[in-house]
Amino acid sequence: MMGFMLTIIRRDLLLIARQPAELINPLVFFVLVVALFPLGVSPEASILSQTAAGVIWVAAMLATLLSLELLFKLDHEDGSLEQLLLAPYPSWSLVLAKVLVHWLVSGLPLVLLSPMIASMLFLPSQALPSLMLSLLVGTPTLSLLGAIGAALVTGVRGGGMLLTLLILPLYVPVIIFGAASVAAGAQGLPIDGYMALLGAMLVFALMITPWAASAALKL
Amino acid sequence: MSSLDWRMPRWFHQMGSPKWFYEWGGRLQSWFALAALVLLGWGMIWGLAFAPADYQQGNSFRIMYVHVPAAILSQSIFVSMAVAGAIGIIWKMKVAFMVARSCIAIGATFTAIALLTGAIWGKPTWGTYWVWDARLTSTLVLLFLYAGVMALNQAISERQTAGKATAILALVGTINIPIIKYSVEWWNTLHQSSSFSLTEKPTMPAEMYVPLLLTVLGSYCLFALLVLMRTRTQILQTQGHTKWLTQHPDIEGV
Repeated sequence: MMGFMLTIIRRDLLLIARQPAELINPLVFFVLVVALFPLGVSPEASILSQTAAGVIWVAAMLATLLSLELLFKLDHEDGSLEQLLLAPYPSWSLVLAKVLVHWLVSGLPLVLLSPMIASMLFLPSQALPSLMLSLLVGTPTLSLLGAIGAALVTGVRGGGMLLTLLILPLYVPVIIFGAASVAAGAQGLPIDGYMALLGAMLVFALMITPWAASAALKL
Repeated sequence: MSSLDWRMPRWFHQMGSPKWFYEWGGRLQSWFALAALVLLGWGMIWGLAFAPADYQQGNSFRIMYVHVPAAILSQSIFVSMAVAGAIGIIWKMKVAFMVARSCIAIGATFTAIALLTGAIWGKPTWGTYWVWDARLTSTLVLLFLYAGVMALNQAISERQTAGKATAILALVGTINIPIIKYSVEWWNTLHQSSSFSLTEKPTMPAEMYVPLLLTVLGSYCLFALLVLMRTRTQILQTQGHTKWLTQHPDIEGV
């Protein structure tokens, strides 16, 4: 089964390496959404630094959801998903492998990109560790929960909008504690409690996603 | 599961037969209609016209007799929907998916009523229609969850597939509801804590409390009635090819 997962991971990474636009588009989208806020709200450093944490988290969620739409869709369209589900391995291992690849190419780059975005929004530099750490723990949760929605809308026309509708409400706890940890970090307060909660959510998402997403794929 | 040999009672499996559900639903329906009429009528008239005014809020507290039942039902219905969906997945019952489908719009309506009456009450009491308070926000998120379930249910045209997909989403949503609730509560709280519980001694006088109890029970009966009606309609829509239905006295000559 480990071999099966590794094969899927290698295959999906190779597919993305051959189509680098898939990797880059969500990142451009992320930066673009963030850049709209100073234009729409105010370029003042005092206002931006206060809203920075929330803006970055919202943009990260939207970028994640946009890229999630394709998680199972392409494999569904060319028929390989059906073959992978027929393989003599548990279907949750397929889901986990796909989610891991999704996070590697969409979540992790967001974490690495966040210091640049944060400085554009004048986030105090002492909040940077908490921002990066909360994104590092929080974005896998986003990928996992989102995979349930992606699996549910796989065969549905116009699935992208639907996916957003289904999954954004489930992201509420992540944004609350993600943004709160950044706010606490900016004031120099301890963030262990928030990290523990974000970690708990990650474990929880790891528990339900494989079950729910593989049940949805078999519909 | 069969190796453990625990079996559900016979009526449980019979409930999964559209014919049986249609017949029994029809009989139960009139009793729920009667109960809802009596309980809601009694509770509403008592609560809205005769219960004593609140010493602080005056008469505006009376909206509670609509608001509290709607708020309680909004959550109960989501859970009922998930339970019905789980039954549909586990025992492969078409009727259970129909029940879950019937719950969606009813639950969304109760959630909207709870938000709306809360806003109307909030204006004179808190001085604003809306605050980003924990309970208000989590009810709003619940409305979004209903919207998602409804959108998914309508996006898939094949009823059986739509039923399963909806059930999965409702189950995931239900285990998330407590997490959303507590995370929002931690984030911001203004709403007074609940003063109504079936298991604790009431904190308000009986003349205020009993009408509320009546309207809550009446709302549950109304919900049961609406679910039965909507599910029976779906049975009529989907079982038109079956012999028992074409020969049923209800639709003879239609």
